[in-house]
Amino acid sequence: MQRKGSLEQFENTALPYLNAAYNLARWLTQNPHDAEDVVQESYLRALRSFDSFRAGCDARAWLLTIVRNTCFTWLRQNRPACVAAEFDENIHDAPENWCNPETVLLEKADSKLLNDEIAALPYEYREVLILREFEGLSYKQVAQVVGVPLGTVMSRLARARRNLQRRLCGAQTEAQA
Amino acid sequence: MNCDEARLLLNASVDGELDAVQSLTIEAHLRSCAICRSVCDGYQRLHTEIQSRGQYFEAPEDLEARIHNKIGAVKRDRTGHATADRPRFFSSRFVALAAAAAALIVLTVLVTSVLRRPFTASELVAHEVVAGHVRSLMAGHLMDVPSSDQHTVKPWFNGKLDFAPRVKDLAGEGFPLLGGRLDYLDGRPVAALLYKRHQHTINLFEWPTQERAKPQSFAINGYNVLRWTQGGMAYWAVSDLNDAELAIFMREQRK
Repeated sequence: MQRKGSLEQFENTALPYLNAAYNLARWLTQNPHDAEDVVQESYLRALRSFDSFRAGCDARAWLLTIVRNTCFTWLRQNRPACVAAEFDENIHDAPENWCNPETVLLEKADSKLLNDEIAALPYEYREVLILREFEGLSYKQVAQVVGVPLGTVMSRLARARRNLQRRLCGAQTEAQA
Repeated sequence: MNCDEARLLLNASVDGELDAVQSLTIEAHLRSCAICRSVCDGYQRLHTEIQSRGQYFEAPEDLEARIHNKIGAVKRDRTGHATADRPRFFSSRFVALAAAAAALIVLTVLVTSVLRRPFTASELVAHEVVAGHVRSLMAGHLMDVPSSDQHTVKPWFNGKLDFAPRVKDLAGEGFPLLGGRLDYLDGRPVAALLYKRHQHTINLFEWPTQERAKPQSFAINGYNVLRWTQGGMAYWAVSDLNDAELAIFMREQRK
């Protein structure tokens, strides 16, 4: 049973990161309604495991870990195609010199194209990219949230960006043709 | 260092995750290798692009209230009849409704009185604070001491002010410290600390005060302003950041 006052403590700990939780869920589920459901479920899960959370620990990483896992479970149940059972990094990798980065006219990429292409990234790339670029998490924190070694964070992030560059470059080449 | 080794570290370099030795090694390699340099520029540009144009989805306004209610429901389930024994008017929903009604009345009174009366002293300061913020952005004079290290920023104010400002680095909470600056507000020199949240800049002004006031918020010309007092200091935070996130900033500062 929760002790009196600990609910308030829980809210003070977890609610400041509501935007971070929602942004992650929104990018991973790709849908506002699903994101809200996942976030609400995440907070209930977080409340249940609040006893194991120690004051002074990284509350944001703790909460985002729960959101990330809730998203993953939810997607596996409701959108199994989005989370391929076995993720092969080599299949999703893009060759480094697919296009010369100098010719990537990113300043001309409009916001919609950029966001569409981030959304189109494989799930495993998208989550590290969102955590790093939008939440500004360190590699160590990303590793904690996603539950993979630091080296995997580095390689996924590198591949995510290479992939994204290639997509943006391809889209622009098509537009110019 | 060869190109293969450099490519492995380029992303970490853009993310500021390399130690000093690795950074120097990669910088040396980039100076000598045009191809790696252009790959690095590409990542840097992509990073900047995502920072400025990537979509950050903010939680819908009522989501916090809904979560709060759900958590409350869990509490009621767990405490069982203990809650049910209490008279009904003290149920959290009743209290919330009453509070909302009271808030509405207060707000109406405030709004009507604001329409009638001249600015209060704190509103005048709030306008000054916003002006200081805008000026700092306009003139490109954000910082006198650019540093993300609180132990560099704090001593910099020594001898420039007649008080020692409190300087907190909140990088871990998503508000990295950028540096500090001297400014002049409310008829006295004050400390201005710069923080960043995504692409938003936050100016935090700080000076000694006798007053003890509850946190107060203002919205002026699209800027959000929050003021509070703590430990004999007046704090004024101003930014184009949304008020919810600015409130988080205040909460972190007050910890």
